[in-house]
Amino acid sequence: MCRAVGSGTTAESASDTGDDGVKPPPFAYHAPRTEEEALATLGALGEDGKVLAGGQSLIPLLNMRLAAPPALVDLARLETLDRIAVTDTHVRVEARVTHERLRRDERVAAAVPLLRQALDWVAHPVIRNRGTSVGSIAHADPAAELPAVLALLGGWMQLRSVEGERTVEAGDYLLGPLESDTRPGELVVAATFPRPGVRTGTAFEELARRHGDYAMAGVGVRVTLDADHHVGDASAAFIGVGGTAIQVELTEVLRGQPYDALDKAEAIGLARASIDPTADIHATAGYRRHLAGVLLGRALETAVRHAAGQAPPDSGSAPEGPGPTESAAPGSAAPGSAATESAPTGHASGGYREETA
Amino acid sequence: MTTRMVGAPVARSEDPRLLRGEGRFLDDLGHDAYQVAILRSPHAHARILDIDVTDALEVDGLIAIHTFEDLPPRLQQPMPLLIPHPALTAGRTQYVLADGEVNHVGEAILMVVATDRYAAEDAVERITVDYEVLPAVVGPENALAAAQFVHEEIPDNVAAHLQQTIGDAPRAIAAAPHTLEFRLDIERSASTPMETRGTYARWDADDRRLRLYTSTQAPTSVRAAVASFLELPLAQVECIAPDIGGGFGVKIMHPWPEEILVPWVARELGHDIKFVEDRREHFISSNHERAQVQWITVGFDDAGRVLGLDVRFIHDHGAYIPYGLIVPIITSTQLIGPYKLENYRVTFDSVYTNTVPVTPYRGAGRPQGCFAMERTIDRIARHLGLDRTQVRGVNFLQPEELPYDFGLTFQDGRPYCYDSGDFPASLAMLKTLIDWDGFEQRRAAAAAQGRIIGIGMAAYVEGTGVGPYEGGHVLVEPGGKVQVATGLSTQGQGHQTAFAQIVADQLGVAFEDVEVVTGDTRRFQYAVGTFASRAAVMSGNAIHLAAVKVREKALKLASDALEVDVEDLELAEGRVRVVGSPDTSIDLKVLATLSNPLRYAFDDSARIATQFATPADPDAPPVGDDEAPGLEATDYYSPVRSTFANGMHAVEVEIDPETSDIRILDYAVVHDCGNLLNPTIVKGQVLGGVAQGVGGALYERMAYDDHGQLQNASFMDFLIPYATEVPAVRIDHLETPSPLNPLGIKGAGEAGVIPTSAAIAAAIEDATGIVIDAMPISPSQLHERRLARPVTAGEGTP
Repeated sequence: MCRAVGSGTTAESASDTGDDGVKPPPFAYHAPRTEEEALATLGALGEDGKVLAGGQSLIPLLNMRLAAPPALVDLARLETLDRIAVTDTHVRVEARVTHERLRRDERVAAAVPLLRQALDWVAHPVIRNRGTSVGSIAHADPAAELPAVLALLGGWMQLRSVEGERTVEAGDYLLGPLESDTRPGELVVAATFPRPGVRTGTAFEELARRHGDYAMAGVGVRVTLDADHHVGDASAAFIGVGGTAIQVELTEVLRGQPYDALDKAEAIGLARASIDPTADIHATAGYRRHLAGVLLGRALETAVRHAAGQAPPDSGSAPEGPGPTESAAPGSAAPGSAATESAPTGHASGGYREETA
Repeated sequence: MTTRMVGAPVARSEDPRLLRGEGRFLDDLGHDAYQVAILRSPHAHARILDIDVTDALEVDGLIAIHTFEDLPPRLQQPMPLLIPHPALTAGRTQYVLADGEVNHVGEAILMVVATDRYAAEDAVERITVDYEVLPAVVGPENALAAAQFVHEEIPDNVAAHLQQTIGDAPRAIAAAPHTLEFRLDIERSASTPMETRGTYARWDADDRRLRLYTSTQAPTSVRAAVASFLELPLAQVECIAPDIGGGFGVKIMHPWPEEILVPWVARELGHDIKFVEDRREHFISSNHERAQVQWITVGFDDAGRVLGLDVRFIHDHGAYIPYGLIVPIITSTQLIGPYKLENYRVTFDSVYTNTVPVTPYRGAGRPQGCFAMERTIDRIARHLGLDRTQVRGVNFLQPEELPYDFGLTFQDGRPYCYDSGDFPASLAMLKTLIDWDGFEQRRAAAAAQGRIIGIGMAAYVEGTGVGPYEGGHVLVEPGGKVQVATGLSTQGQGHQTAFAQIVADQLGVAFEDVEVVTGDTRRFQYAVGTFASRAAVMSGNAIHLAAVKVREKALKLASDALEVDVEDLELAEGRVRVVGSPDTSIDLKVLATLSNPLRYAFDDSARIATQFATPADPDAPPVGDDEAPGLEATDYYSPVRSTFANGMHAVEVEIDPETSDIRILDYAVVHDCGNLLNPTIVKGQVLGGVAQGVGGALYERMAYDDHGQLQNASFMDFLIPYATEVPAVRIDHLETPSPLNPLGIKGAGEAGVIPTSAAIAAAIEDATGIVIDAMPISPSQLHERRLARPVTAGEGTP
């Protein structure tokens, strides 16, 4: 149920839905049917417009009256911006793709394993079924997993407005806690995650108070081995221990180490010195700093084994098992194959089917 | 008698309706009602200087705004102090709306009525209140230090100081070969039911009659309170508890300010009014529990036998004390657990703080008491290097010593006397269930893999089924259905099922033909409420007694109709029949018709009944002196004192050596609530209790800052365990029937939550070697403790 104050051609009245029980402050509600209409609406609204996608962060903020945007622009009725494209070089995820769809996509898991490794930690199925991956990055919660993935893989965001399109690299896009470089009038249309190169392994580790909660600390790791299975370069991105995802380059402290006898002490020390955790009611700053180091050590071990091809990319202590395989597009994930795209083809009975476009 | 229902694991008959979404909860009612929003204090302690509602008056849909000054004199009186006590010398209760001063964040200041909740919230946002902020008192020790006062006229912040003794504890401790002294801390938690509080009132101006629906554990008492505050005849007030999405104690508190305000406004405006608390409101305006600081001194001998125990504690009851001293008195007495204490002294101060008031939450002071006693036993075992179960064994009251009167006064004002139980047998069952003696082998195997595991246990005794009474009404309808009513309400306990089982057995009718109504004053006027694990004991036995009366009446009617002696008759399959000659029988519904001399032939039963009607004695009245029309009866059960259930929990935990993350590996419960009415329901109660206990042990705390602001008033930061955090629990039952009631039952509602913190603390202590003296504990806190004293796997207690 929304409580809307009518404005514009697409705005609707709240009284139509006849339900009650939630109580955001008044807002105008727009449900554009095309991307062009969405951009025009956002352009007209300027500072007053706020994009609503999965609503898993925004709706609670509204109901607790912690946010009071004058107007919401809901993407629910768009028929576009719902594609996952897997190419030779990257995975591109459009604005309306949910966490769960991305998590279950076998082509994505094969092309950029870190996505599923991270998404396994994201909340619970009910939230993943509605929340969008792009929306999560745009929301820029410092404890969210996907901003760290984008940063670690050197990905970028695509933003459109009536004035045109721009592309912003992860490092420039994620500005601080709940602060991203999305300008008034802009719609974030996609996030692009480059494929890791050969002999590259990734892993994601975190610890939350309860299964699926925002982590007290978490880390994504990317390690590339050389032909002799020694570390070539390594990087980590931490969540929950600073104002935004904090990337720490580990190449200098790990280069040349054999994958099966890593000395992680220096990397852990460097990481602990590079992050900036704060205390809250769930954990002390000292514990978060300690935890980040422990998790880094574990993630590095998983990542180098992954890189060395000794373990499947889904291994690790992630709470969710690998997704089902029914949506795999045969052959589509193999490097060197043609780019494939998918879009949801129906939402009957709450599920979805995937087809290769 | 056909298949016996009592004791059978009958599936809950209420579930199909609830699972299909056909439940009728408070917020499902009153769609056309005006809605209420409450402006609540943002300060823990402040004087209200001025309230300016000017801007709010422009809000579209606003109906009314009421402050304290707008209330009639009767509503300007303080709320009732429900349970007075001679030691409660400085009791204070709140007003329905604040009278110039607020004493906790969330205290109600004014009420807005609007056509919908949105408009009401909009109006609340536009109201400006000027406050003079006063210093806040937060934390039990700060309260007792009394540098600031919660209530100006109570300069020590102490509402009550109470001491109870058995023997001479200080002397016994002084003479003991060993003594230990230590401090324990338990933090605040709360009931946090899935459904928050809510009240919906309908005023019928033609009948001058009020119907009140409220999400309560005590509808008859709410009715009486509302009749009193609104100065209405009791007969003109109906109170109904609809389906309730959990209570866990917080809804036994009554009346809540909104339970008075909503019906008052409904009458004032002549319009339906509804208030439903939102989640943030629930955190800051519905009562909490648990918080205590305890100081223990214990003296014991070489075998670990407790010779003297001296306990002092501060009980933080928050800003007001509407429920009296129930919680600290329960802690004081139930602390003793299954042990024979001959020298015991317990002293508490119940103190005011500028926080949400404290009233019972499932367990009601027992988890704190159990924590004190069980941590004490573990300390003794550790000090002496003895097995913890062995030290418990030497201290147990033996079965042949029961009933055992300790010489203390329990929460009901009656002797603290254990009626039944077999603690050594329960312990033996628990040790088998968890394989206690095989643990050292498991510990060694884990240590070899670099894993740290530990085991712990805790035992408790729980006074249940406190009086004074409950009643039951049983009516066999001429149509054959059996209607049963009792006054207390239901919050998910399965009363409909359990009470129907009792009646089905007595009347020999099909379980499906018994319909149970609870919590509706239109059906049963006298009741106490659902709390203190009392519904099955109290209403169960009352309904049993009423059903026995109906059975006797049916037998007498059948005896007359069939011209057979009562002794030769039995009730089965919905009929009264001749023993050994089942073809000679009469249907209960025919008897129901016969029981009423006015028999219009509305249906077949009436026509059949006419055949059986004995010729009327022209010299006797159709309804005799000791008779009443109808195959029905009402009876009450009123026990001389509480019956004491007991149980023991054991738990194995694993501690991550690097992250200090705490994981429960195994959880075992042995539970003795006497005869089981329905093992499935009892199991559900125990499991639910353990789940809440795990919350209290590892996750839940009300994080107040120094200014009295609750920092985690949401389910994002107040961590209730998910299904993923609650372990699988293995349960075994010992049935030692209570001698105090006809069904031989003892309460089971709260049991599961009582020893969980103590058992988990013991297991963490066993795993890490670090003494756990405060709960709940988080990985971060355990990490800091381990940093202060690093240990490795295998350094646990013996």
